[in-house]
Parts: sequence; C-alpha cells; structure tokens
Amino acid sequence: MDFADIPLLLASAIRLSIPLIFAAIAGLYAERSGIIDIGLEGKMLLGAFAAGAVASVAGNPYVGLLGAMAVGVMVSLVQGVASVRFRGNQLVLGLAINIIATGLTVFVGIALYARGGQTPPLPDGARFSAIAPQFSWLEGVPALQSALAGLAGGHTILTLGAFVAVAVTYLVLYHSSFGLRMYACGDKPEALDSAGVSVYRMRYQAMVINGLLCGAAGAYLAIVQGGAFYRDMTAGQGYLALAALIFGNWKPVRVLLVCQLFAATDALQSRLQGLSIAEVDVPVQAIQAMPYVLAILLLAITAGKSEAPLAGGKPYTKGQR
Amino acid sequence: MTAHTQSALGGLLASLLNIAAALFLGGVLILAVGENPFRAYAAVLEGAFGTVDGIGYTLHYATNFIFSGLGFALAAHVRQFNIGGEGQAYFAGLIVAVLCIWLPWMPWWALLPLAVAGAALFGAAWAAVPAYLVVRRNCHLVITTIMFNFIASLLMIYLIVSVLRPAGSMAPAGPGLEPGQRLPQIIDMINSFGFRFQPAPLNVMIFVALAVSYAVYRALWRTKWGYELRAAGANDRAARVAGVPIGRMTAQAICLSGALVGLMAVNEIMGAQHRLTLDFALGYGFIGIAVALIGANTPLGIVAAAVLFGALYQGGASLVFLFPSVSREVVVVLQGLVIFFAGGLATMLRPYADALTGALLSRSTAKTEGA
Repeated sequence: MDFADIPLLLASAIRLSIPLIFAAIAGLYAERSGIIDIGLEGKMLLGAFAAGAVASVAGNPYVGLLGAMAVGVMVSLVQGVASVRFRGNQLVLGLAINIIATGLTVFVGIALYARGGQTPPLPDGARFSAIAPQFSWLEGVPALQSALAGLAGGHTILTLGAFVAVAVTYLVLYHSSFGLRMYACGDKPEALDSAGVSVYRMRYQAMVINGLLCGAAGAYLAIVQGGAFYRDMTAGQGYLALAALIFGNWKPVRVLLVCQLFAATDALQSRLQGLSIAEVDVPVQAIQAMPYVLAILLLAITAGKSEAPLAGGKPYTKGQR
Repeated sequence: MTAHTQSALGGLLASLLNIAAALFLGGVLILAVGENPFRAYAAVLEGAFGTVDGIGYTLHYATNFIFSGLGFALAAHVRQFNIGGEGQAYFAGLIVAVLCIWLPWMPWWALLPLAVAGAALFGAAWAAVPAYLVVRRNCHLVITTIMFNFIASLLMIYLIVSVLRPAGSMAPAGPGLEPGQRLPQIIDMINSFGFRFQPAPLNVMIFVALAVSYAVYRALWRTKWGYELRAAGANDRAARVAGVPIGRMTAQAICLSGALVGLMAVNEIMGAQHRLTLDFALGYGFIGIAVALIGANTPLGIVAAAVLFGALYQGGASLVFLFPSVSREVVVVLQGLVIFFAGGLATMLRPYADALTGALLSRSTAKTEGA
C-alpha cells in the first residue's frame, strides 16, 4: 500500500459506510423516541429486496429507492403499532422482523424470479450513476488533483443523501421542537404527555422516519453496492449499525464517525488480504472478522457509561404520570 | 380448577392461537404465489409424519430444537436474549470433532459422555465473553452474541478449510468419523428386528435431550438455585434485596444457555453428519427462539414446540419437490411470524385466550355442580 492508495481507500470506506449511516440514523429516531429497534437488519434486507425488484421492473433507481422506502415505512409502522398499541416486547419484535425478512425475501425472490432468491441484475440505467469529478482546475498540483479525484470519484447521490440525513438529524434533534419532544419521548414520556403532546403519535412519526431511512439503507445495498438483491446481503450490517448507535451514544455526528470507523476496517480488508505478520500468514477470515471484533471492543469500552434513552423498550400507557 | 391451572391453560391457548395465526398468514403467502395452502400444509404434514423415516427426521430436528429452545429459555428466565446459539453450537462442534479425531479407537458409548461434556463446556465458553460483557460492562447481549455468531462462523471456516480438512479433500469438512464412533440410529435398531424402514438420523441423543429437559425443569423449579435465577429475572430489585447475586445468576444463566445449545453439536456431528461440516447448525439457533417462546420457556412446552418445528422443518423440505414456486423459506417466515405474535401480540391474544378458557371452565364446573 502506498500513499496514492489512501484517497481510494478512504473513498471506499465512505461508500461502505453509507448503508450503516442510514440504518444507524434510522435506529436513532426509533430509540430516541423510546422504541428499541433490533429490527434494523431485517428492514434493511426487506428494503434491499424491494429496491432490487422495483428498480428492475421500473428500470429506474429512484423508483427502486421509493419502493424500498415504502416497504421500510410499512414494516416500521407494523413494528410501531405492535410496540406502542399492543405494548409488545420490542426486542422480540425486532428479532421477529429480522427472521421474517430472511425468509420472506428469499421466498418471494424464488417465487418471482426462480434465481435462488436473487433479483435480476440491474442494467446501468436502473442504477444510480456515479460521479467522476476531474478537478481540472487543480491541474497545477497533480498530486492533490488525483487525490481529490480518487476521494470524490465513484459516489452516488445516496452518499450525499446519507450525509444530509445526518446534518438534518442534528438540526432536528437539537434545534427543533419536534426533536426536543422526541428526545423527551425517549427519556421521560410522562413529561411529554403532561405537556399535552401525544407520546404515541411521536413514536409513530419516529417510526415513519425510521422506515424511510431503513429503506434507503437497503436500496443502497441492492442498487449501488450489489447491482441486484442477494439473499442475506445485509450480513449483520443492521446489527453493526446498532452497535454504532450505542457507541455513538445516540448522537448523530458521533454515530456518523463510528460508522466511518466500521467501514474503514471493512475497506481495509481487501488491502490486508495476503498480509503476513512475522512470517506468519494472517488468515483471511481473521481480517474479515475485524468489524465484528471492533464492534464488541467498542461496546465493551463504552457501554458501561452510555446514555441510552431512559424509557427505551418500555411501552407507555397514556395518562401514566 | 385452580387459578394457576387456568392461567397455564390460557397460556397454552394463546400459543395455539399464535400458531394458528402464523399458519394463516403463511397460507396467505402460499396463496399469493399461486398455490393451494391446504395442499401445501398437507404436504408438510405428509413429509413430516407420513413415513417412518420422515418421523425419524422430524424427531432428529426436534432434538436439535429442544437443545436450542432450552438454551434460549434459560437465558430468557433472567430476561436476557441469547441469540448466539449458532455460534455457541459451532464452537461446541469443534471440540466434538476434535475428540472424535483424538480418540479414534473409542466406541460411541464411551465417547458420548465426553462429547456431551465437551460440547457443553465449549458452548458455555463461547457464551462466557458476552455474559461477562453484559454483567460487567452493560453491553447488550443481542448485539454481542450476534457478533460472536459471525466470528464463530469465520473461525470455523478457517479451522475446517485450513486445519482440519483431510489432505486432498475438496469438500469443506473435517475428516469422517470412524464407523464405531457414530451414534446408533433408532431406525437401525428397529430394523434389527426385521423391519426394512428407510434410514433417518434420529439417534440416542433424543433421550439425552429429554433427560436434559427434565433436569432443567428440576433445576429451575425444584431447587433454591432455580428459584433465585427466576427471581432475578422476574423482579431484580426484590431479588437483590433478598440477597440474590443478580450479576452471578445472570452470568450463570447465559453460560448454561450456551452449554445447552452446544449439545446440538453432538446430535449433528456424531449422529447425523458424521464429520464437522460448515454451517451444521444454520438457522437452528433462531428456531430455538420460536420454540422457547411458543413453549412459554418451560421444558414441557419446549419439547412439544420442538416437535412442531421439527415437523415444519422436515415437511418444509418436501414442499420444494411438489410445488416449484414454494420454497422451504416459508418455514422461516412461519418461525418469524410465531416470534412476532409471541412478542408483539401476546397481549392482544391473551385476553381472548383467558376469556375463552374462563368460559369453558365455568361451563364445565357448572355441569359438574348441576350433576
């Protein structure tokens, strides 16, 4: 690995971080409102399937994205109603969504396409086009020009979307009455109730946003990364996003940075394969395990003093003050 | 009729309603892909119970699900969700395979106690780090155990492909067991009386599974330790005041949960695969969750639910042959739906179930009083 690789490596880390960011921010809305969301993985997977299927029918990535978001919102609302209205166990519900998603995507995929659970490969027209800025105004400084071109090249509109989502979430959470109410909803719902704001409606609103973002995460996997839906293509990213949310202490900018960290270890994988330390070849599986090990280490370091939303996981009864 | 029995009956009815609701939605799904759900479910039943070898497979899978269900339930009694059953089973499979390789001369009946103890120990060991992290570092068990699943899977790929695979073999699997190390299959035993049934992997581990279920029942409901463990889960503040060491009970429950799930490895490796294979427990950990929830975390309920899911798992495999557009993943969807209803709509179903049992019981008591 030499110096010229670094911008490419960073660009690849950013690309890999996008689904994590969407999913982690989706989880942030749910959990800030007081609903613990183990189901990110399943909603990403369902979103990815919807994106792959819809984009291949429509031949248009934006329609695919909308399809993924619609499915995400539907599932999030079902989860929300079961958590809020029926006071279900939120952990069990999330797990159930993940298991239903692994089965349902493959079941429907086989029934529709008979490709072992895969959706048809998307033609270029059905995928988001990647930008490739040349920075020709920097011709005088070729090193900087190629570094910037490497860093900025290969991204799609969804990369921008993920960063915008983080910025908007930051503004909403700390500088809008909606965000402050959501904050209260997850920490002290009875206070919100006393103030005449509906805790239930707040949580449903949070779940709608959660579904939109989970859909975007899935659409990124299927339309940008995979070029089709593959069975179990989330591979634990929903859980990694959850770990990023916890390590990021439910704060949008920190969550973004942790997602970058996970994605960077993932991006390093392809570079580190064939690595040997002190004459001993490092097994490729050890390198592949890095993001998971990192997630556990980060949780072990911080979870003890994390500031989880206080009312997370507890169903709220109206008028319970 | 005591209130306790009435509540148990209500729970049973709620579980049955849950299964019915899941089967109904599964049926809608089968209908949606253009097949007849009644015929599909009939095919599942036929595949699971229609032949002796079908029953053998059903009960073999049920053996696995008893272990994974008991494991999930034990941790659930301290309000912890151990979803790392697969990783714990893979790690347990490692010691089972290594014992078989180390002791090639040892017959199965001498190897079995060693393998059971080793699998329990390794299963518990793989759960020990997440258990420590829950108790000492307040790390969410769901996240740590799922990460440990991915790590276990990668570890096993490395060990099988790079270390244990016999030289010259292309298949990603460890060396085969000696014939004398294989657990006797029950259908073989029946056939020794002159029958000619098709073989199935059902083996003596089902008796171990039943014995372990009884032991878990005794330990949880008939010992001080079990009482403390359930108290720690039911009301940790009250238990703490009463002097129950919450952290220690939680850690013990999670490690024992891993030990129980680990026993699946003995059943699969010495009883069915006869070698260490990749992904030999794929999906079994999650089925254990559905089994434990349907079985209300009680050993008796878990055994019954394990047979139900064994039947779905075995019968689901035969669906593919009969209906080209229905894949066995419909069983995964059913599992998920059962878990969803158990977790989310239990509160919705339970009042109806209780009302129904109440109505039935009052009618039966009225009759006896009248007579």
